[in-house]
Amino acid sequence: MDRLSPGAVFLRGGPFVLSAAAIVLVVLAMTVAPRLFTGRDPNAIVFLERLQPPSLAHPLGTDENGRDLWARVVYGARPTLVAAVALILLALSVGSLAGLVIGYAGRRTDEALMRVTEFFLALPQIVWALAITSVMGRGLVNCVLALSLTWWAQYARLMRAQVLVYRQREFVLASQALGQRAGWILLRHLLPNCFAPVLVKATIDVSLAILLLAALSFLGVGAQPPLPEWGAMVTIGRKYLLDYPWYATFPGLAIFLVVLAFNVLGERVRDVLDPASRLR
Amino acid sequence: MRLLLGRLPLLAVLLIAISVAVFTLTQYLPGDPAFIAAGGGDATPEMIAHARDRLGLDRPMVIRYVLYMRSALAGDFSRSMVNNKPVSEDLRKFWPASAELALAAIAISAMVGVPLGVLSAIRAGRWLDRLITPASVFLGSMPIFWLGLMTVLVFYRQLDLLPAGGRLAVGVVPPPTITGLYLVDALLVGQLAVFRDALRHLILPASILSVISLAMITRITRAAMLDILHEDYLRTARAKGLPERRVVLKHALRNASVPIVTVIGLQLGQLIGGVVITETIFSWPGLGLYAVTAVDNQDYPAIMAFTLLTTIVYVIINLAVDLLYPLLNPQTRS
Repeated sequence: MDRLSPGAVFLRGGPFVLSAAAIVLVVLAMTVAPRLFTGRDPNAIVFLERLQPPSLAHPLGTDENGRDLWARVVYGARPTLVAAVALILLALSVGSLAGLVIGYAGRRTDEALMRVTEFFLALPQIVWALAITSVMGRGLVNCVLALSLTWWAQYARLMRAQVLVYRQREFVLASQALGQRAGWILLRHLLPNCFAPVLVKATIDVSLAILLLAALSFLGVGAQPPLPEWGAMVTIGRKYLLDYPWYATFPGLAIFLVVLAFNVLGERVRDVLDPASRLR
Repeated sequence: MRLLLGRLPLLAVLLIAISVAVFTLTQYLPGDPAFIAAGGGDATPEMIAHARDRLGLDRPMVIRYVLYMRSALAGDFSRSMVNNKPVSEDLRKFWPASAELALAAIAISAMVGVPLGVLSAIRAGRWLDRLITPASVFLGSMPIFWLGLMTVLVFYRQLDLLPAGGRLAVGVVPPPTITGLYLVDALLVGQLAVFRDALRHLILPASILSVISLAMITRITRAAMLDILHEDYLRTARAKGLPERRVVLKHALRNASVPIVTVIGLQLGQLIGGVVITETIFSWPGLGLYAVTAVDNQDYPAIMAFTLLTTIVYVIINLAVDLLYPLLNPQTRS
């Protein structure tokens, strides 16, 4: 098996991995081209058709404004996914860069900067996201910023630990002896060697980001109506839960399926990139 | 004890940093606090100037921070902008409900997670073990607010077995406050009917909240047990004829307890975010629901007090977990 390329190993993951990959592909397609999946306008209000149960015309039923829920779930893929990926990219780039510098700085500076990082790790994420968005204003963008404020520190810690392992290796010492600049050594030599675990964490974190952003929307500080975002749809659907149960059920089911798919893929990526973790 | 003293300076620095962070947030609140304090719309320029003077708003940032901390340390978080009651009074009123919910949840996930982890470790590779990883991924992928709503649909709407929210049924008088935890207080004064009602209301929220930590506790317990099961002293224990039960529970679990207790403690901290969500789903009248309501009403003194207190609790729980190590494993005493 180790003769195969990582991609080929990945695809031999069995039916679960393949269905997960299929779900992710479908959701990506919804993000790029929602029109392929529905001909309806997600914001078209038809009062006569409000709160209809699922039917042929409306596969998932309609909401309190008579908008088609399937269309809203389809169009909801974009804000949900883009926000989650943006959050992880932001946390990953800031965190990895900080971790590189902190780990390479050595001794005193390392100590001091790690204390700063630990401070950010000590903040409970949801509580701070609530506090920050209540000051900065609601909305998906501010939620991304608020969550990245605490999230980068996790990447910084991981990256620093990697750098500490590699900074004494021969190829780093050799480039130092050659008199290469620290910035060059960091980016050209340390970054590529230290990146694998960071990448594994990032794939797993995307699903966590979707869950946290949806939770913030559910608490009312995330995506604001009429934006069709899945967490926000569950929030409104909750008001109609007992009489019109499909309303809250389907958008939540969409979150669950996508997060599940990303988690299955993330576990698979970890198995492929880091076979030792399979023994656990 | 020495360990605790060694940690204190770091804890002090961390607490100061947290208070500075919360104070900084309060400096960026929308609206002019002097205008709001002077009563808003009808305030004359003189009233606003007076309020600015009284609140010390034109003094330097450092002085304002010291003033802020002095009142916070005295337990004064100023008054709610919604009901004009002292925020500290509300916090005192709502925290026991959150404590009851969080403790019940962590108890459920420990009582289910540790045995599950032990079982799957001693039967590694068998069906239970092979089921646990997929099951934990499955449960961990559910948004808990959605899972909560779905359980309300099943257990309240369809089966009519459990209530949909709140701490007690309408008309049931809460037990006299001793600890503030309804279950404990009702037992202490012997009100069994109240106890049963409180328990019925607690089951759904506590189970939903326990989902967050259950998977983690199971996986860590399994890994910790697997690390130990092949140790020589376990073979010795078996060789001298101890029953397998005793080998696993007394010799193995005790030695695997450091990571297990650590994860349980850390999960208690992690629960804080989950408490906010769970209380919102089940209209559970605790600090989380209080905070979310405060965010809805832009009640900034309440939000900031909640943020400061929960962060401090979170940091102290994490420190307490660190301090537990040497009690469990003498090898880490140095």
